[in-house]
Amino acid sequence: MAHELLKRIRVAVLGVVLAAAAQAATAAESIVLASTTSTEQSGLFGHILPIFEKTSGISVKVVALGTGQALDVGRRGDADALLVHDRAAEDKFVAEGYGSYRRDVMYNDFVVVGPTADPAAVKASSDTSDAFRRIAGKGATFISRADKSGTHAAELRFWKAAAIEPVGQSWYKEAGTGMGPTLNMAAGVDAYTLSDRGTWANFKNRQNLAILYAGDSKLFNPYGAILVNPERHPHVKKAAAERFIDWLTSDAGREAIASYRIGGEQLFFPSPR
Amino acid sequence: MFASTLTDAIRLLAALDHRVAEIVGLSLQVSGGAVVLGTLIGLPLGACIAVGRFRGKAGVSVLINALMGLPSVVVGVVVYLFLSRSGPFGAFGLLYTPLAMVVAQTLLVVPLMAAIARQVVEDAWQRYAEELQVMRFTWWQSVTTLLHDCRHSLLVAVLAGLGRAMSEVGAVMIVGGNIDRATRVMTTAIALETSKGDLPLAIALGIVLIVLILALNAVAFGLRHWAMRRYG
Amino acid sequence: MSGRPGGGAMFPIRIRGLRHAPNGRELLSGVDLELGDEGITVLLGPNGAGKTLLLRALCGLLVPSSGTLDWGGGARPERGVMMVFQNPMMLRASVLANAVLGLKPLNLSRHDCSSRGMAVLERIGLAHRAQDSARQLSGGEQQRLALARAWLTSPRLLLLDEPTASLDPSATAEVERIVREIRTDGTRILMVTHNLGQATRLADDIVFMSGGRVHEHTPARRFFSRPQSDEARRFIQGELPWRMSF
Repeated sequence: MAHELLKRIRVAVLGVVLAAAAQAATAAESIVLASTTSTEQSGLFGHILPIFEKTSGISVKVVALGTGQALDVGRRGDADALLVHDRAAEDKFVAEGYGSYRRDVMYNDFVVVGPTADPAAVKASSDTSDAFRRIAGKGATFISRADKSGTHAAELRFWKAAAIEPVGQSWYKEAGTGMGPTLNMAAGVDAYTLSDRGTWANFKNRQNLAILYAGDSKLFNPYGAILVNPERHPHVKKAAAERFIDWLTSDAGREAIASYRIGGEQLFFPSPR
Repeated sequence: MFASTLTDAIRLLAALDHRVAEIVGLSLQVSGGAVVLGTLIGLPLGACIAVGRFRGKAGVSVLINALMGLPSVVVGVVVYLFLSRSGPFGAFGLLYTPLAMVVAQTLLVVPLMAAIARQVVEDAWQRYAEELQVMRFTWWQSVTTLLHDCRHSLLVAVLAGLGRAMSEVGAVMIVGGNIDRATRVMTTAIALETSKGDLPLAIALGIVLIVLILALNAVAFGLRHWAMRRYG
Repeated sequence: MSGRPGGGAMFPIRIRGLRHAPNGRELLSGVDLELGDEGITVLLGPNGAGKTLLLRALCGLLVPSSGTLDWGGGARPERGVMMVFQNPMMLRASVLANAVLGLKPLNLSRHDCSSRGMAVLERIGLAHRAQDSARQLSGGEQQRLALARAWLTSPRLLLLDEPTASLDPSATAEVERIVREIRTDGTRILMVTHNLGQATRLADDIVFMSGGRVHEHTPARRFFSRPQSDEARRFIQGELPWRMSF
């Protein structure tokens, strides 16, 4: 009876393992793209990837992380290509030989989000630095991603430009999480935060939050695509990954990006050639 | 706010599409696979600890009990480091596949299942030890006999493992990557929808998850009840 | 049953100065006893006399504080000694599976096991219940099954600890019939009982124990007509009137 049971269990295990292996093998060709939570959560990939898959037959598996994490994953060779937004870190990644090259793909912009009551009067800001100074001056609660993402890096640049050292201040909360959860927190406690426009546009749990400041050229948020260096990581699917990057920057890809809209609003703009 | 979220969730449930069915299916495959492997590893391991006489037995029992509370994120990171292309098992290219998720969840449920099995088998061992000793049972023969004899009680260990595997999010998120149509399971889907602020959809998926675990438990409870009546 | 293991070198069993005193409490205080190679020996004596401890020492469950156990001039054989406990364990499995449990260490084929199992169940009158759950059997049936389990391993020496302690007269008679059959099969039996009627029915000889010591070892007939020691005489007189009533 015990043998009977063991035999049955053995068959079941084999089945599960084979099914999993089969699943891994069936997708004829696929690449892993490490990207950011902001692009995933904005819904952009859901719009453009089916178009690419239809024309190329290559399926793109997106792992959504913060930009810093996505670069780490690339550094370890666990992705074939990256689509991230932290220009300084991206250039360093390529310069250190982890990536073969970087290409401009698209941009969107950051927006300062906060409670509609706007206690720090951010609405009346003259520029980005002024907006951040107003929040700090009022001591209004600000929630930082604090996850080494592209948005986090941008936010730290803005504080620096405003000559403010927010880390350690009682009103400055470091969440250590993705864009969506940070917005959930801000909505929960009526706090200010910095968001990319895409995630904000696709975010449903806004409660009292609204865009209070946007449009400054400093809030420009460019995304770059990087091919993980096949010389360093020989298993990288170079041809398929390059085909994806080429498509993103081709007319067809640019059109696909530009045609993604939420509520009639265009979220991502193809980079100028 | 809460009430409307809940009604939205129930409305969404009524219109469950095949995408959700896919996610549920993958959840069952991954967690089911982990529990099957966990059963094969964890239950004999627990029984061996219960029956074995060796130095440091108390220490091993405490360790196994403590590992029951191992955070899934820690397991996720460790498995990630091992399966990463730069890690020792990188050559297999398992990262971001369902198999990697099975591996991580197996590591997660083995201590839990072993700890419960140890307790169950130890109780039976105290009752049977002398008679099996007189019959000259080897140590391993005692282990298999006890495992078979405690099978109804050990179902609790299997259910606990299944519950833990189905409900954890940390490990599968890291080693699976929450890739749409490839490694997205119920818990990572819930995390994603929560990130997007789509709370009704998150709760709808949560309800599916709970109903599923409830149904599995009900079936197991019924089976156990039937078997207990049959074999006492 | 056939295929008796161990050869014939196990008897006589000589027990010399067997003491057991865990934590200073003396439970066996110098037991001397010699057991020949056939018959049924019944261990009698009041509660706390050390009867069960002696059985446990013989099957290796108890390591005595001092004294020697000599098995036909050698050490205790690896197989050939079996014990049936007062409340025998029943696995959550069928009657047949419980009957063949003792064969597991012998690594026989499954077919061999079950045909031997059915044969022994036939002899104890439980063949028709082979597929039922063992735990659903009555107390008497469970005791018979435990005897069958031991019998199936063809022991040279079978130790029985109050096998009929909680059974009604007809179940007791059934167990006694099986004990006699096992004996006829050539198995040496040493059993503890408090039922003096049972002792007269089964015993070839009687070992009387009291206070952790053997007081006398005599043929059964002589023990009941002319007990040698005072303790034994008083024991029989105290017990006989009501125990003999059935």
